[in-house]
Amino acid sequence: MAEGAWRVELEMHSGQPDPPGEVAGTALRQRGLRLDARVRSGRAYMLPGSLSRAEVERAATALLADPVAESARILEPGAVSADGGRTLIVRRHPGVADPEGQSALRALKLLQLPLPSGAVVESYHTYRVDGPVDGVELLAAGSRVLANPTVESAQLGDRPLQPHRAPPERTSRRTEVALQPLGKDALLGLSEHRGLALSLAEMCAIQGHYARLGRAPTDLELETYAQTWSEHCKHKTLTGPVHMVEQDASGRVLRERRFQNLLKETIFAATERLAPPWCWSVFQDNAGVVGLTEDLGVAVKVETHNHPSALEPYGGAGTGIGGVIRDILGTGRGARPFANLDVFCVGPEGLPPEQLPPGALHPDRVLAGVVAGVRDYGNRMGIPTVAGTLLRHPGYTANPLVFAGCIGEIPRTAVHKEVHAGDAIVVLGGRTGRDGIHGATFSSEALHQDSESVDATAVQIGDPITEKKVLDVLLQARDRDLYRAITDCGAGGFSSAVGEMAQDSGGAEVELALAPLKYPGLSYAEIWISEAQERMVLAVPPERLDELLALCSGEEVEAVRIGTFTGTGRLVLRWHGEVVGDLDLDFLHHGVPRPQRHAEWTRPDLAETTWPDADLAELLVRALGHPAVASKEWVLRQYDHEVQGGTVLKPYQGPEGHAPADGTVVKPRLDLPQGLAIGVGLAPRIGQLDAYAGAACAIDEAIRNVVAAGADPHRVALLDNFCWGDCRKPDRLGSLVRAAEACHDAALAYGAPFISGKDSLNNEYRANGVERPIPPTLLCTAVAPVHDASRVVRAFLQRPGNLLVLVGAARPAGGGSVAAELLGLADSAPPLPDLERAPGVLAAVHEAMRRGLVQSCHDLSEGGLAVAAAELVLGSRHGARVELGRVPAEGLPALSQAGGALARAFTETPTRFLLEIAPADLEALASLLRTCAWAPVGEVTAATELALCADGTPVAQLSAQQLARANRVPQPIAS
Amino acid sequence: MKPRVLLLRAAGVNCDRELAYAFERAGATVEQRHIRELAARPAAVAECDLFAIPGGFTYGDDLGAGRILAVEVERFLGEVLAEHHARGGSVFGVCNGFQTLVKARLLPDLADVRATLTWNASGRFECRWTRLRVEGGLARLLPEGFVLPAPVAHAEGRLVLADAARDLQRLEAGKRIALRYVDARGRPTTDYPDCPSGSSGGIAGLVSASGRILGLMPHPERNLSAAHTPDGGAGAWGRGGEGITFYRALLSPYRSGAVV
Repeated sequence: MAEGAWRVELEMHSGQPDPPGEVAGTALRQRGLRLDARVRSGRAYMLPGSLSRAEVERAATALLADPVAESARILEPGAVSADGGRTLIVRRHPGVADPEGQSALRALKLLQLPLPSGAVVESYHTYRVDGPVDGVELLAAGSRVLANPTVESAQLGDRPLQPHRAPPERTSRRTEVALQPLGKDALLGLSEHRGLALSLAEMCAIQGHYARLGRAPTDLELETYAQTWSEHCKHKTLTGPVHMVEQDASGRVLRERRFQNLLKETIFAATERLAPPWCWSVFQDNAGVVGLTEDLGVAVKVETHNHPSALEPYGGAGTGIGGVIRDILGTGRGARPFANLDVFCVGPEGLPPEQLPPGALHPDRVLAGVVAGVRDYGNRMGIPTVAGTLLRHPGYTANPLVFAGCIGEIPRTAVHKEVHAGDAIVVLGGRTGRDGIHGATFSSEALHQDSESVDATAVQIGDPITEKKVLDVLLQARDRDLYRAITDCGAGGFSSAVGEMAQDSGGAEVELALAPLKYPGLSYAEIWISEAQERMVLAVPPERLDELLALCSGEEVEAVRIGTFTGTGRLVLRWHGEVVGDLDLDFLHHGVPRPQRHAEWTRPDLAETTWPDADLAELLVRALGHPAVASKEWVLRQYDHEVQGGTVLKPYQGPEGHAPADGTVVKPRLDLPQGLAIGVGLAPRIGQLDAYAGAACAIDEAIRNVVAAGADPHRVALLDNFCWGDCRKPDRLGSLVRAAEACHDAALAYGAPFISGKDSLNNEYRANGVERPIPPTLLCTAVAPVHDASRVVRAFLQRPGNLLVLVGAARPAGGGSVAAELLGLADSAPPLPDLERAPGVLAAVHEAMRRGLVQSCHDLSEGGLAVAAAELVLGSRHGARVELGRVPAEGLPALSQAGGALARAFTETPTRFLLEIAPADLEALASLLRTCAWAPVGEVTAATELALCADGTPVAQLSAQQLARANRVPQPIAS
Repeated sequence: MKPRVLLLRAAGVNCDRELAYAFERAGATVEQRHIRELAARPAAVAECDLFAIPGGFTYGDDLGAGRILAVEVERFLGEVLAEHHARGGSVFGVCNGFQTLVKARLLPDLADVRATLTWNASGRFECRWTRLRVEGGLARLLPEGFVLPAPVAHAEGRLVLADAARDLQRLEAGKRIALRYVDARGRPTTDYPDCPSGSSGGIAGLVSASGRILGLMPHPERNLSAAHTPDGGAGAWGRGGEGITFYRALLSPYRSGAVV
């Protein structure tokens, strides 16, 4: 009996709904499986074989099963079930985290069952076909659509399940790697063979350093350089020297520029020039920090987790959000997260399978996985996911983008941290395993068609409850001054976290054998670079150590001292006492060669947009259904966007909850009047035409969104996230330089400094010799205070008889717009914000809000005026009538001319707002808008429809219901 | 003296801030204690009038929402909670707290009714505003028919009864139904989205015979002002702040001068 394991398999009673079973059945049929019967989904557990049947039955009824809703089946070790031949079993690979199994084990101990020491409980899933099916076909189809081979395997239930054996042990003796005899090819070969992702120049620099030392590096030292110098950690491109050449289409050089440090001379230079007093910490910590009140600030960070999400969307997105939450916990001496945001860029909906590149997951599966990943991690952490967006474009099919952001509140007194020599190095939270080995170097490499199979260990599965416990104890410890500094274990694991903190004190000594492990047998190098989740590293004054450890143990959080910060200038790593690494900190952090990169940019030769005539009603219906515009409510409703009770301007609002917000507003503290508005912008379709315009439009959109919600435009802070193709290629780098210049110019124009950023510069996919970069994608995130959060401005119509006022002039440039794409117009000049006039528009709109003149507001973005008006209508219980002839316009054809009406309805000129005001307030508004282009363009009507008129005649008339259906607003269903 | 509320903390409790704030706004003093701490000193429960389990994802909802915490509550606090209740104290659970009370068989307190809270009929986590009508079980504290708008945020909020028709009748007859989901016109419903889970009988909350063990899935603590509502208090979701009324009512037996 001790061999093998008991199995407890649970299914919902047959009368109960089983949506996961239905989803599985649909997926199997789509895969071509002949299937007439229902598929029943189940959860299941493997328990130690040493238990008696009575004990297993007790575990099943008292703990594992919900007897009212579920039926349980118990299989003794070695047994198979009668319908095993039509049951698919999906298990995690050995070593993949199984938090549910661990929870089950913990709960079994509460029942005081006689568990053997080292007992393991494994959880898995079953899919049982409730009727005849071909088992071989079930396995073939199920392996593809119900299991992700990166982390899971599928098998039929007609053979016994064996518990996973312990992972293999690695030898772990001090190992040196001889570099001196190696030539260039051999050095590069070594880098590749060991998965170091170091360039030849970097390998040569290391070779030279050790030649001067007169010894060979250890394997651990090489790994440390690889992690610390990775693009992911070091951002060598953005902070490196660049030679930029601009040319015209004929190749004539127009302009040349040289940067010593691209980031410093563009984005950061603007921040330094603006240097407002409310910027408390910029570009130096894990997140940027700005003041909200005199003594309370907000820490903001947005990260990407693209490559892990491409391989395992659920785990990748979940650990993406988990990682950025730790960035916030590790900012200053720790901030308390109160809002999350996420942005996904994936391939087209319903992409025909034959168009799917080899090795890539289907975009619909990627999207379902990343939404579920963010949902399950964010919801469990109790942090409201309040903002974000979703973009679909063929350019992301093989290389999806997942942006995850987190915002925390932090007392001013906790913003600065320092590490003293003599402080204990304490690791706190999750244990270290083999998960995520080489994540930092992997994410710096392009994806390729074998990524799925070779990089399995680079994927991580998150455990949000461990992280929530970490959060809970850290905030108590911070407020009791139990530590001096903190940072998170992200890419590079301990090597990055300890390595960075050691810079502050001037050295560190670590005994790697002290790190708590998930399972035995890890080598010292694996421990040092593991990217296991949910770990933080603290610098603890020795006299506070006991109190910290006691606090942690009281809440079941593991905290262990693994070493001491020193002032020796060295990073010394030991394994059971023996020195296995002894690195010079100065060389580690400053020794990386900074080769000059070449960038080139060919000025696009794009004509003005020629707008045609078309049926405006039909175009509006198509625009509302375009993925950029279509309702994302189905995503937001899966996120707990209300937890913590501070979400006052919700992502979907209005009487039915269908009105999409521009920006959302969250109160970090319930007892303070201030709220924080959050907005995002990205414009890759425009960026593809001109990266400068794409970046400027993204920034304008993010700022528009927070201003529309009622935030102060003079207090906007920005974040940049660059996701680009391989920037070793001059054309990719050229567009990056253009985007960085746009950030500089726009930041200065709007008076909105960038405070933090992150880049991911190898988003290319290679298959069959073809290289495909993603569209250049700058995500801009804006945050700004709403001084009185009880007076936010909502984005749905309030009262019939009110006027609709359009602020900002329409211009013809429509390249990259939704309407241009739907009409199949040739590429034309993209829109560009008018950086001279835009700040005046923002200030005037805000002043009108401050004076209480604005009853509702929506910014004009994808789909222009027509879509903005439609969204205001479909989210309210009223209608609107808009006269296109009154739209403020510059350079558009006359209303009666070809394209005149269509351009007014659909052009996407930035910095424009549609305001709802009471007729009596028109004069007061007029005096505020003196210097802006503006006009009353319509009114709120009692009829629940939208009428777009040209010279008084409706040219598009759609009911609110038609608009909602076109926009794919979720419809009510009877149960 | 102000009514005293003890908020339970545990791994994965995450609605403690807004619940503590709501109770404070409603006039209570609030203390928070970790389950480990209470397991070591259960007598601390005796120091409160109302013992509350906030929402969250205790232990990640592993093995079913509230299941593991229910085992801990039964094992470590079963006796002291029974004494607390017998002395006139209240036990309150919201969302994951309600799931915990049901899994610990504290609700419903009818020996022949077996109930659970399990997956929403949609199979998904749902975060949306709902309207709750006060039913007979809560009439001791709030006027029957009072409509309380509040958001739900849960995946496992569907009340399932072992024998639906018979058990519903018993709950009704025994005045164990505290709150029901209603549509915009105030009619009870089991239809999505007004009843986001498809809960049996449209039930959103249950209460014990004593009236002092109460659990509900929605979050009245997230409706403390007009600004909280999706339409800024314009009327589709009430005027906002009805959550304060609800929490004041829970505390009313413990205000000085009140007779329990």
